[in-house]
Amino acid sequence: MIDEREIRTFVYGTTQYFEVAAQQAASLGSPYLATQGAPEVHEYTGVISVSGRRQGIVYFTAPRGMLTVLLMKMNESNVSHENLCDLVGEVANTISGNARRDFGNQFAISVPTVVSGASASVQPPPDCRPVVIPIHWRSHSAKLVVCLK
Amino acid sequence: MHDFAPSALRPIRLLIVDDSNIMRRRIERSQHIPHLQVVGSASDGQQAIEVFRATDPDVVTMDITMPHMDGIECVEKLVQLKPDVLILIVSALADKATAVEAMEKGANGFLNKPFSDRQLNEALEELLGLATAT
Repeated sequence: MIDEREIRTFVYGTTQYFEVAAQQAASLGSPYLATQGAPEVHEYTGVISVSGRRQGIVYFTAPRGMLTVLLMKMNESNVSHENLCDLVGEVANTISGNARRDFGNQFAISVPTVVSGASASVQPPPDCRPVVIPIHWRSHSAKLVVCLK
Repeated sequence: MHDFAPSALRPIRLLIVDDSNIMRRRIERSQHIPHLQVVGSASDGQQAIEVFRATDPDVVTMDITMPHMDGIECVEKLVQLKPDVLILIVSALADKATAVEAMEKGANGFLNKPFSDRQLNEALEELLGLATAT
């Protein structure tokens, strides 16, 4: 189970990502425990598998509109489906990788896997309650889901 | 010994290695170092070695978390091919042990993702010995 200090690590990483990469701060809602199965995902989701000192997944899920604007803020004119998939994976990778500042190098992360589409879903590992961190940026909402044991 | 001073008009050849296409494009678009010319890019360590052999770069930006061959292993192989190549690690992995390991394998600098355009250019300037005291 993830503790409060560890949640703060991911909150900080998410805040940092938007401030630096998008040059515009996001506001984060209060993290909460998902009570009924896997939290719903948006159109694009980047999933990182975690192994080593902790096991589980971390995923960043966002709607197309948010990712499109994020790409444009990064001066990227190509907002194709491929680049949106690339971006959502890169965000998940960056936030997870930054968590090693506190977790150390025994917090091993995979390359991102990306799922997209209206019927997409992500299945957290059994015996693991996901923590959801709501993200609000401009007029868009997304979430970071941390599911570690 | 490198001579990357502005008076040396020879282009400085840059290879960009990252599994993210948008990160490769971002680094190419955002770097504004005089005479630094992108000569190739690669999306994993194995491909990087092939492109490296074909393009003979002076400088490499290197991601770490990549499929097939990660950036740490790739750094070690590139340094064997060209001991004086300059390698800037550009990675989300923010722990000190990873930075130390990369340096021990032969990397010359470390830039954490996410980064601003200014941070990228400052890291490249420092790598090339172009940084000026302010």
